[in-house]
Amino acid sequence: MVVDQEREGNRKRQGRLTVVGLTIAAVVVGALAVFPGPVVAQDIAVTSVEVVALAAPVLKIDTGDTAWVLMSTALVLAMTIPGLALFYGGLVRSKNILGTIMQSIVVLCLVSLLWILVGYSLAFGPDQGGLIGSLEWVGLNGVGSEPHPAYGPTIPHQVFMLFQLMFAAITPALIMGAVAERMKFTALLLFTVLWSLVIYVPVAHWIWGGGWLGKMGALDFAGGAVVHITSGLSALVCAIVLGKRKGHGSDYMAPHNLPFTLLGTGLLWFGWFGFNAGSALGANGLAASAFLATHAAAATGALVWMGVEWLHRGKPTVLGVASGAVAGLATVTPASGYIGPFSAIIIGVFAGFLCYFAVVWKGRMGYDDSLDVVGIHGVGGVFGILATGLFASKAINAAGADGLFFGNAGQLGIQAIMVCAVALFSVLGTWMILKVVDAAVGLRVSPEDESTGLDLSQHNERAYS
Amino acid sequence: MKMIEAIIKPFKLDEVKDALLEMGVQGMTVTEVKGFGRQKGHKETYRGQEYTIEFVPKVKIEVAVTDAQMPRVIETITRAAKTGSIGDGKIFVRELVAAVRIRTGETGETAL
Repeated sequence: MVVDQEREGNRKRQGRLTVVGLTIAAVVVGALAVFPGPVVAQDIAVTSVEVVALAAPVLKIDTGDTAWVLMSTALVLAMTIPGLALFYGGLVRSKNILGTIMQSIVVLCLVSLLWILVGYSLAFGPDQGGLIGSLEWVGLNGVGSEPHPAYGPTIPHQVFMLFQLMFAAITPALIMGAVAERMKFTALLLFTVLWSLVIYVPVAHWIWGGGWLGKMGALDFAGGAVVHITSGLSALVCAIVLGKRKGHGSDYMAPHNLPFTLLGTGLLWFGWFGFNAGSALGANGLAASAFLATHAAAATGALVWMGVEWLHRGKPTVLGVASGAVAGLATVTPASGYIGPFSAIIIGVFAGFLCYFAVVWKGRMGYDDSLDVVGIHGVGGVFGILATGLFASKAINAAGADGLFFGNAGQLGIQAIMVCAVALFSVLGTWMILKVVDAAVGLRVSPEDESTGLDLSQHNERAYS
Repeated sequence: MKMIEAIIKPFKLDEVKDALLEMGVQGMTVTEVKGFGRQKGHKETYRGQEYTIEFVPKVKIEVAVTDAQMPRVIETITRAAKTGSIGDGKIFVRELVAAVRIRTGETGETAL
């Protein structure tokens, strides 16, 4: 009797499985049958749009493009929290991990509000003499669901604004690696507000918001200059002005949790697909090409750093692989939408090599860039912008330009001007901001607080109790 | 009475403990310690930044024994803790002037 019931049950289960299987098969067959239809229809639609585009720009929201850029926006959020938070958090000593994670989160929140209130308008609002945006879009006035012709003609303007918000947020968070384990929390808050408005916003405008560098033809696909040169060079100034950590060079300051750093590296890499491929502002071939370049450079950077360190120091290290991947990602960022996979591999090779030696030689320069923002983002950003002037190809992105290796030497000159302008502006601006913050609230925690650690002294908490 | 202090490699602790129990030692005190002898420390490298770790983790075993037990205890620890490579540790012996079993108030060798 029991056996019969079991058999009956089995039969029912099999019956259900068959129904499910048939349903799936039907859906697949149906999809296959339907698929050619829309493709043809789309082709026709695209052709007609192109014809109309000659007369006047057509702004029509595309759901695929919108979905991809919204998703990319969330991916870039994951780069800051928990990606960068864990990447940096693992690299500091155990008494400072909460303070370090806190920096990433609070910078994100602070910049988000600033961006919505005034930042976006100043960076991307109607151009004022090539230098800054106007205040016309303050409080997102006029930034709605209608697409903007220059900022993604197929996605709502708000989506572009949000995508850019995430870039604005991660950039000052990157700088915090240079001043890890010693910056006062109040100083960090004030610095973030001033730096975002005084440095990030104008540079974003110059390059992406219709400013003078963009008009000159400077190419920065996803932020080699806007994000990595600004943060890397500002980090250098911060490290010099704040001074070394107490015990630097004598105390044991090894990373306290490298698995956290690896977890952060994975999330940064994952999020970087949104950062770079999302910068295509559409779900299209350009996004795929940027995705490919991003991945190729990251993998190459990781292997090259590992190999160089192996030869130079005798052992391949886990932190080396992680650092090389981030170096590859940072370096390929400005070029990702203008280059093919082989150019990306070559850029990755140089990223791993140059950033490794920049980081190793830091010791001889005498400043304490605690988590190597200068060596990785600064050096990677500068090289990436110049490499864009070498490897960019109109065959990959017709909206870009050819670089030196594709017969256009002038592009390299434009890229060099961008490097100099952004670097100089970041260095001078950051130095002034630090002087203001120092005068207002003081930059460093007291020596006693520093030795206690940021977790207890700044936040009254302990990560591991 | 003697107090025998043995500094050994941490992974050898179980073997040493079992060997001592087997030969009749009734108790011991174990502490995790750090230090270095001729082995010195090791090197760690993080992004090219090199740290020399001078103090190596070790385990210290303290055993209070009678004068008669001492040679066999030393021999047992030496045998069980030995790997033959540098860093196996050291044994130090001190005079023990008094011993008291708190529960009963017994003193001297009967308290061991």
